[in-house]
Amino acid sequence: MNRQLLEVNDLLIDADIEGNWKPIVNSLSMTLDRGEVVGLIGESGAGKSTFGLCALGYTKPGCRIVSGSIKFNGVELVGKSDSELRNIRGNKVAYVAQSAAASFNPAHTLFEQFAESPVQHGKMSLEKARVSCIELFQQLNLPDPEFICERYPHQVSGGQLQRAMTAMALGSNPDIIVFDEPTTALDVTTQIEVLGAIKGAVKAYNVAAIYISHDLALVAQMADRILVLRYGNLVEEGNAIDLLSNPQKTYTKQLLNVRSQRDAKYHSTDDSVQLSIKNVSARYLGMEFNVLEKINIDIMKGKTVAVVGESGSGKSTLARVITGLLPPNKGSIKFNDRPLTPELYARPREDLQSIQMIYQMADVAMNPRHKIKEIIGRPLQFYLGMESDAQNRRVSELLHQIELPEEFSERYPAQLSGGEKQRVCIARALAANPELIICDEVTSALDQLVAEGILDLLLNLQKNLGITYLFITHDLATVKAIADEIVVMHEGKIVEQGPKEEILSPPHAPYTELLLSSIPEMDAGWLDKIIDQRKYSNNNNSENNCF
Amino acid sequence: MYLFIFWNGLNFSARIGLIIIISLAVCGIFAPWLAPYEESQIVGDVWEPIGGKFIFGTDQIGRDILTRLIFGARNTIALALLATTVAFFAGALLGFIAATMGGIIDQVLSRLVDVCISIPTLIASLIFLSALGTDVKTLILVIGIIYTMPVFRIARAVAMDIEVMDYVEVSRLRGESLWWIMQKEILPNALTPLAAEFGLRFCFVFLLISSLSFLGLGLQPPLADWGAMVRGNADGIAWGFYHSLLPAACIAILTIAINLLIDRWVHKASGLRDDQ
Repeated sequence: MNRQLLEVNDLLIDADIEGNWKPIVNSLSMTLDRGEVVGLIGESGAGKSTFGLCALGYTKPGCRIVSGSIKFNGVELVGKSDSELRNIRGNKVAYVAQSAAASFNPAHTLFEQFAESPVQHGKMSLEKARVSCIELFQQLNLPDPEFICERYPHQVSGGQLQRAMTAMALGSNPDIIVFDEPTTALDVTTQIEVLGAIKGAVKAYNVAAIYISHDLALVAQMADRILVLRYGNLVEEGNAIDLLSNPQKTYTKQLLNVRSQRDAKYHSTDDSVQLSIKNVSARYLGMEFNVLEKINIDIMKGKTVAVVGESGSGKSTLARVITGLLPPNKGSIKFNDRPLTPELYARPREDLQSIQMIYQMADVAMNPRHKIKEIIGRPLQFYLGMESDAQNRRVSELLHQIELPEEFSERYPAQLSGGEKQRVCIARALAANPELIICDEVTSALDQLVAEGILDLLLNLQKNLGITYLFITHDLATVKAIADEIVVMHEGKIVEQGPKEEILSPPHAPYTELLLSSIPEMDAGWLDKIIDQRKYSNNNNSENNCF
Repeated sequence: MYLFIFWNGLNFSARIGLIIIISLAVCGIFAPWLAPYEESQIVGDVWEPIGGKFIFGTDQIGRDILTRLIFGARNTIALALLATTVAFFAGALLGFIAATMGGIIDQVLSRLVDVCISIPTLIASLIFLSALGTDVKTLILVIGIIYTMPVFRIARAVAMDIEVMDYVEVSRLRGESLWWIMQKEILPNALTPLAAEFGLRFCFVFLLISSLSFLGLGLQPPLADWGAMVRGNADGIAWGFYHSLLPAACIAILTIAINLLIDRWVHKASGLRDDQ
C-alpha cells in the first residue's frame, strides 16, 4: 500500500463574502503519511479549519472548491458526489470538533452515539461496538468506561466529553482524524489530560491526524510537522522541532514570542489602597453554598492585580460583587477608604463612574444598533455632562488614545474586527475617567497577536493615566506578562496571593503548582515530560487530590 | 432619494406588496374624490351585475360597490391601524417593563395577561362591545386592549433575551434609568421581531374588525366596512350573486400585501442574505 495517505495539491477554496466569491484558501498543498500528525496553525481567518476539513472532501456552507486536487489513498475526492464522500467520511476519515458539548446529541447516551457510525457503516455489530467502545474509553483514560458509556452528554465533564468524541472518531477505525481545536474550550489542567489521551490514542492506533489549533505551543506537542498559515497562504512549513527552534519567517517568530514579559512596566509610587475587599462571601439566589468564601484582597493604586482560576473558581462572581450586581452576604468592600454600597441601585454616581468594567465578549458588550460615537459618547454625556461638540471632540481623543482612526466614530460595532471592538470597549471604560477598571477575560476571545496589542494598550494607558486594574483571567501566560500581584482562586476560595515574583517562584501551593505546570511550553517534548512527572508523583503521593 | 433606495432594496414580491398597500392607502385618503358616488347613496337596483353599468355592481340595497370598497378601505384600514398601534404601544411598554424590572412586577403582569389571554378574542370583544357600545373610540380601545396581551408576551420574551446581554449590564452598571435602558438598549434591538409581529397582528385585528362588523358589532351602517359588506352581500350567494366575494378579496389582498412587505424587511433586518 502507498505510504502517502493524503495528498492535497494547489487547493483553492472560495468563500461567499457578502455576495462576492473571495479566496480563503490560496493554492495550499499538503501531504500526510500513515501514522503522521500534521499541525495546522494560524489565527482566525487563516483558513486553517477550511483547509483541514478538505481531508474529508468537505467545505462549509458558503464555500466552494475552485481548483486543485485532494487525493485520499490515491482516490481523487474533488468532484465526487455527496453519497460517495459520505462513505469516506466517518469511515476512513473522522472529525473531532472544538466544542464537544455542541457536537453531541443530548438525547442519546455516549454509547449510542459511539455505535451509530460503525454499525451504520456495517463495520461491526452492536455487541462488538460495545466492546470496542469500552476499550477505546479505557485507552483515552476515561474513568470507569462501562459506567460512562451509558451516560448522557450533560452528565460528564467537558474534558471527558472531548475524549469520548475522540474515541468516537477512532471507533470506526479511520485512517485520518481531523482535530479542530479540540482543547480550546477547556481549562488548562483539563487540557493536559485530554492532550495526553489524544496523543496516546493516536500513537496506539497508528492513525494519521491533522491537528488544527491557534496555539503554537499545543501544536508543537502533537504534531510531527507544522504548517503555519495566514490569510489562506502558507507562511512556513517544517518539522515541529526545527520550526520551534529555528523559525524562518517573521510571522512565525511573532507567534513564538507572544506573551513574553513586558520590561517597561509602570511602577506606581502611590501605595494607598484603592479597593479593599474584606472577608467577602457571596452566593447566588437559591444556592445552598457560597460561591465566594471569605475573600480578602487589597488592591493598591495604579497596580495590576490578576485573579487567576479555572472556570467555576468564582473569579467572575468576584467582579459581580465589586460592581454591585451581586451584593455579598457577608463582608464589606471599601473603595478609597470609603465603604462601597453593596447594592448597585443605591450606589452614588461617582462610585459607578470610578469603577468601570470591560467584558470578555466585546461583540455582546456593545449595542449592535448604536454607532461607535454613541457608545463612547454616552458615558461622557452621562457622567460628565458633555454635549454635542465637546463630546465629539472627546470621542475623537479617546479613539486616538486606543489607536483607532477617527472615522470609526460613524461605524457600527458589526463593522469592526474583534480586536477593534475590544478597543472600543476600553475607550468606553476610559470615557468615564475611572480609577479602577475590572477586566474580565478581556483577551480570551482574541487571537494571540491581537490580544498582545490589547495588553500593550492597557499597560500604556496605565502608565499614562495611573489606572488600577483588576484583571480576571484563566490564562496564566497573560498574568505572567502584565500582573503586579496575583490572586489564585479555586472553588471560591483564595489559594494563594502575593506579588507576582513570589507566586511564580517556588515553593508553590499545590494548586498553583498544578496550574503553572499546565501552561503549554514552546518545547516539543513538554507534554510527555509533564505527563510522566504527574504519573510519577501520583504513584508516590496517592492522596494528591488535584489530579 | 430615500424612497428610491428603499425601492431598490426590495425584491419582486415586496414591491408588489408595497404597490398594493400604497394604492389602497391612496384610495382611503382620497376616497371622497375617487369614488364615483356618495358613500351611502342608492344608485341603482339591488345586486346589479358585476361589469355592467357599475363596474363592481351594486349591493343588497342598491349602493355602488366600488364606492363602498373605496370608502371601506378608509374606514377599515384606519380603524385596524389605530387599534394595532394601541395594542403595540401598551403591549411593548408593559412587556419591556416586565422584562427589565423582573421579580414581582413581572409575575403580576404576566399572570394577569395569562388570565386575559385565556378568553377567546372574539368572545371578549363581543362582551365588551355589547356592554360599552360600539362607537369608534370604544372599538379601537377594546380591540387594542385585547391585542395588548399577545403583544405583551412577544415583547417580554424578546426583551428578556436582550436584557441578559452584556451591553444592557454595561448600562445598568453605568447607572442608567430603566426608561433609558428600555428605550435605547432594548427597543432598537427588539424592533425587528416586533415589526414582524405588527404585520401579523394588523391582519388579525383587521380580520377581527371584519368579523365584528359581520356580526353587527363593528362599524355601524351606513359607514362602509369591508367585513360588513361581506356580510350584507352574503345572502346573495344563495341567489347566484357573488358580490360579497369582492370585499372578501380586498381583505385577502391587503393581508397578503402587508405580509409580503414585512417579510422582506425582517429578512433584511435579521442580516440574512438573499440566497438564504
